[in-house]
Amino acid sequence: MHAPVPAIEVRGLAKTYPDGFQALKGVDLDIRSGEIFALLGPNGAGKTTLISIICGIVNPSAGTVRVSGHDIIRDFRAARSLIGLVPQELTVESFESVIATVKFSRGLFGKPRDDAHIEKVLRDLSLWEKRDNRVMELSGGMKRRVMIAKALAHEPKILFLDEPTAGVDVELRRDMWEMVRRLRESGVTIILTTHYIEEAEEMADRIGVINHGELVLVEDKTRLMKQLGRKELSVHLQSPLAAIPSALAGRPLELADGGHTLVYSFDAQAEESGIPDLLKALGENGIDFRDLRTRESSLEEIFVNLVRARA
Amino acid sequence: MTLNLHAIRAIYIFEMARTFRTLMQSIVSPVLSTSLYFVVFGAAIGSRIQEVDGISYGAFIIPGLIMLSLLTESISNASFGIYMPKYSGTIYEILSAPISAVETVIGYVGAAATKSLILGVLILITARFFVDYEIQHPFWMAAFLILTALTFSMFGFILGIWADSFERLQVVPMLIVMPLTFLGGSFYSITMLPPFWQTVTLFNPVVYLVSGFRWSFYGSSDVGVELSLAAILGFLALCTGIIWYIFRTGYRLKV
Repeated sequence: MHAPVPAIEVRGLAKTYPDGFQALKGVDLDIRSGEIFALLGPNGAGKTTLISIICGIVNPSAGTVRVSGHDIIRDFRAARSLIGLVPQELTVESFESVIATVKFSRGLFGKPRDDAHIEKVLRDLSLWEKRDNRVMELSGGMKRRVMIAKALAHEPKILFLDEPTAGVDVELRRDMWEMVRRLRESGVTIILTTHYIEEAEEMADRIGVINHGELVLVEDKTRLMKQLGRKELSVHLQSPLAAIPSALAGRPLELADGGHTLVYSFDAQAEESGIPDLLKALGENGIDFRDLRTRESSLEEIFVNLVRARA
Repeated sequence: MTLNLHAIRAIYIFEMARTFRTLMQSIVSPVLSTSLYFVVFGAAIGSRIQEVDGISYGAFIIPGLIMLSLLTESISNASFGIYMPKYSGTIYEILSAPISAVETVIGYVGAAATKSLILGVLILITARFFVDYEIQHPFWMAAFLILTALTFSMFGFILGIWADSFERLQVVPMLIVMPLTFLGGSFYSITMLPPFWQTVTLFNPVVYLVSGFRWSFYGSSDVGVELSLAAILGFLALCTGIIWYIFRTGYRLKV
C-alpha cells in the first residue's frame, strides 16, 4: 500500500537572501494531510521564510516543495489553489468594502462567484454585519478577521496561519481556535506558526521547532510532552540536609534551596511515579517535611531547553 | 495553457471599482483640465493664431491634447494600480495566487488602459463643444488610441513596480513624460521649428504618436504614418520585454 501523499513535502529547502543572510539551511519536512502542525521558533528562526516559499512569495535558493504532490514551481497553479494564507502583517485594502475584498480573493484564486460561501465565511468570522463597511473603518482585530476571511474565500485545503494570534484580543483568539478546530474537522490541513507555546500545546497534533534556519525537531505533541515532559516533586524539609542520605541514594533526587528542598524528578506519563516509596523512605529515615508540591514542565520549558541546547 | 479567467476578472473589476470610487480625480478632473486648454488655446488665443497645415489652430491641437491626457493618465493609472498593493503589502495575495504574469498584466494593464480609453473618448466628445473637427480615418484613430493606451499603461505598470516611494512614482511622469509630451508637437507642427530643433525632436518618441494620431484626424502629419505605427509597436514590444523580464526574475516583487 502506498503511503498517503503528504499535504506539504519539503526537501532540502534553503534560502539565502541577497544580503547574505541564510534564513533556511536545508529543511526537510512532511506535513500530513488533515493535521494541525505548529511551527515554533524564536523571532528570525526562519518560520515566515519557510511559509513564504511554500506559498510562492519568496523564491527558494535550493530544494523543492510539493503541495499535495504538485511542485510549487512547475505546477504552481495546482499547488497554490489549494493554499490559503493569513500572513503575519496586517495588510488590507483599506478603501474597499469587506465583502468586495473577500470576493476579490476568491476570484484571484480562480474560483467562480459563490455568494453563499462568502456569506458563510463572513458569518463564521462575525463579519457579516460589517460587510459593507470599508476595511479602514474596522478595528485591528476585525481587520485580522478580514484577512482570515480572504484566506478562506476560495475554500483552501491547506491553511497557513502565520502568528495568527499576535496582538489579538482574548475573544478573537478563542474564536480563532474554535474556527481552526472546525476547519480541521472538515479536512483542512492547518499549519500555524506561533511563539505562544500554549497555543501549540492546546491545538497542535504535531510540533516542529525551527531555530537558526534548521528544523531542530518534529514530533507528535503528546509524544514530545511524554519524552521531554518531566514532572518534579518538591519536598520542603523541616530541617536542611547537607547531603542526600545514603538510604535514599539511587533515586533521581537533588538538593535545592540550600538543602531546604529535596527535588524528585519523575516521568509524568509513567505508571509508577515512585512517590509513595519515596515518602515511605523519608519517614523511615526520620526526614520530616512541611510541604509537597508537584510541577509539570510545560512545552515552553521544553522549547526553551531545546533552543538553548542547540544554540 | 488555460488562463485563470476568474483571476483576470477579479483584478479588472477591482481596479475599475477603484476608478469609479475616485471618479472626480480619475475622470472628471482630466476632462475639466483638457476643456480649459480648449477654451484658452482653441477659442481665446487660438482664434488669433493662423491655421496650421490648413487646419484651424483649435482643431489642430485636439489630437495632441488627447494624446497628452492618454499618456499621462495611462501611466498614472497603471503605476498607481500596482504600486498601491506593493506599498500596503497586499501584494502578498497576488504573489501567492495561482496566476501567471500574463494574467496579472492583463488584469492591471487592461483596467488602466480601459480607463484611459474612456477618458480619451470623453475628451473627444467634450472637444466637440468648443471646436469643429473631422476624423478622416476613424479605424486608425481608434487603433492609435488603443495602442497608445495599452503601451503606456504597460509603461506605467513597469514604473509602478520599479518605484519604491511615492516620490519616485511621480518623478518619471513629471520630469520625463510631461516635457516630452509638451515638446512632442501637441501644440505646434514640428515644421514650425528651426531645422536643428526639428532633428532633435525626431528623437522624441511622443512626436510619432501625436503625428500619427493627427494624421488619422486630418490626413496630414509631420512624420510618415507608417513610422508612427512602427514607433508605437516598437515601444509596445519593449515594454512587453521588460515586463517579461520583471516576472522572470522577480525584480522588485520577490526576493
